Amino acid sequence: MKILVSIKRVIDPYSKVRINKDNTDVVQQNMKMVINPFCEIALEEAIRLKERNIAQEIVVVSIGSLEVQEQLRTALALGADRAIHIECDLKLEPLNIAKLLKAVNDREKAQLILMGKQSIDSDNNQTAQMLAALMNRPQATFASNLAVSDGWAKVTREVDDGLEELAIELPAVVSTDLRLNEPRYPTLPNIMKAKSKPLDTLTPEDLKVVITQSQRVLEVIPPPQRSGGVKVESVDQLVEALKSRSELFS
Amino acid sequence: METTKPRALVIAEHDNHTLFNHTQKAVSAALTIDKDIEVSVLVIGYNDDTGTELEDTVAVQASKIRGVDEVIQVNSPQYGMQLAENVSKVVVDVARNYSHVLCCSTTFGKDLLPRVAALLDVGQISDVLQILDKNTYVRPIYAGNALEKVTSEDKHQVFTVRSTSFVSLTEQEQCPVKVLECVYESSMTRQVTKQASISERPDLITAKVVVSGGRGLGSKEQFNLVEKLADKLGGAVGASRAAVDAGYISNDYQVGQTGKVVSPELYIAVGISGAIQHLAGMKDSGVIVAINSDPDAPIFELADYGLVGDLFDIMPKLIEAIPEINS
Repeated sequence: MKILVSIKRVIDPYSKVRINKDNTDVVQQNMKMVINPFCEIALEEAIRLKERNIAQEIVVVSIGSLEVQEQLRTALALGADRAIHIECDLKLEPLNIAKLLKAVNDREKAQLILMGKQSIDSDNNQTAQMLAALMNRPQATFASNLAVSDGWAKVTREVDDGLEELAIELPAVVSTDLRLNEPRYPTLPNIMKAKSKPLDTLTPEDLKVVITQSQRVLEVIPPPQRSGGVKVESVDQLVEALKSRSELFS
Repeated sequence: METTKPRALVIAEHDNHTLFNHTQKAVSAALTIDKDIEVSVLVIGYNDDTGTELEDTVAVQASKIRGVDEVIQVNSPQYGMQLAENVSKVVVDVARNYSHVLCCSTTFGKDLLPRVAALLDVGQISDVLQILDKNTYVRPIYAGNALEKVTSEDKHQVFTVRSTSFVSLTEQEQCPVKVLECVYESSMTRQVTKQASISERPDLITAKVVVSGGRGLGSKEQFNLVEKLADKLGGAVGASRAAVDAGYISNDYQVGQTGKVVSPELYIAVGISGAIQHLAGMKDSGVIVAINSDPDAPIFELADYGLVGDLFDIMPKLIEAIPEINS
């Protein structure tokens, strides 16, 4: 079985983001960049399937400018077999990304496509579902457990009111939730080895995908600030404060 | 966009018997699109009617939400499990006649709507907090650390809304319910099991009071201090990711960017330091109270009232001293 894993380069989720002066975006320059945490989990799951001999090959793909090759090399160091970089400098909407990934998979014909449930920058949570729709294949989103056998995947999904277990026929798209696994770190020898693993570059033109942009960000603004920060000294003071402040206690 | 009258299609969320409150919130959001908006609710599922009075089907419940003009009901065994793979095809069929298609950004909505959007070959906008006009929205990015104003030129505006950002609606006289026959067979997905968390307490997302516990509770047994306080206040229990990872409570109680987003009237954070990911899930609450032993914990920057001290000393006293809330 071949697994395709898509990864996204994002600002480190533990960094504090700042909005730029002209309110068009958050400041991207000089920020620490990492593989999106949910994508790391997707990759880790693929590596574990390969270690159990369920998968034979892991192809990792990322879309963006030249810098995403840094994250693709990290993915190769973690255990992916080869990488595909789709070079595109535009800020893409999830539908475009889904179309590019579909075109890549039309060439690769992977049985399983693993990806994060959302990227921590745009917080969209759309690409996996869109890709499954374009492929006309099943989807299992927010996966917290995955088992693959005989052309089917059994997936436990984290839903609002508990857990749901689905069986989906492969090929299929699975998006990962945080609790699926604990991703490993790359080792130094593997980082060295990753430098000689294949990394191909394609363009949207190569894949015959026309990038359309229907959405436009008009403004990026800070969220409303709270004026918190009052400390009380005792339980009694807290209860008094709540009684006076909240209508719940009247 | 065409200049014809805007029409919104709200996808109902339900368990085949009871309509969830999220549907009402999505209708509420739809009503803010335009003053002339026409709102239809689409109910897709399966109920063989045994044990259900006809006056109380999900479609009838939906037809009584103030502002709804019409309910469209698709009742067929294929949709009993409400899987995105099947439901999306029905939504797409119906959506072609609508300018706007929406539901709440619950796990159901997040699973379904992007699939619908892709089948319609349009974009989707996620977790809308505010609708500025017929095609302009405000939504959070970077875990709520920034908001973006985004506009879409798509023919069908497909989006999910955050239920806590929209007001509740009252009831109306029942509006017409139209039955639609629409059957797509599919065998690519089977639901094996559903394991619901059982709770006597109010639903986390809609509760007026939420008491959440973090790593500071120290153990699963000691987490019951959080539960006791929640019960006294008639509230829901929440947790930080650290508490979930430590096994104090199951993950569907997690509040945060990767869990649930809540905005109760009162949020009490116990033993939670206040990582960005957690704050993303609760910072729009009415009154925030933090109890933590570390005076420098980031949660205190956000909390209206902070109490620094040992929570094992504070919590029993607070449970004793805080008045009960009559709902």
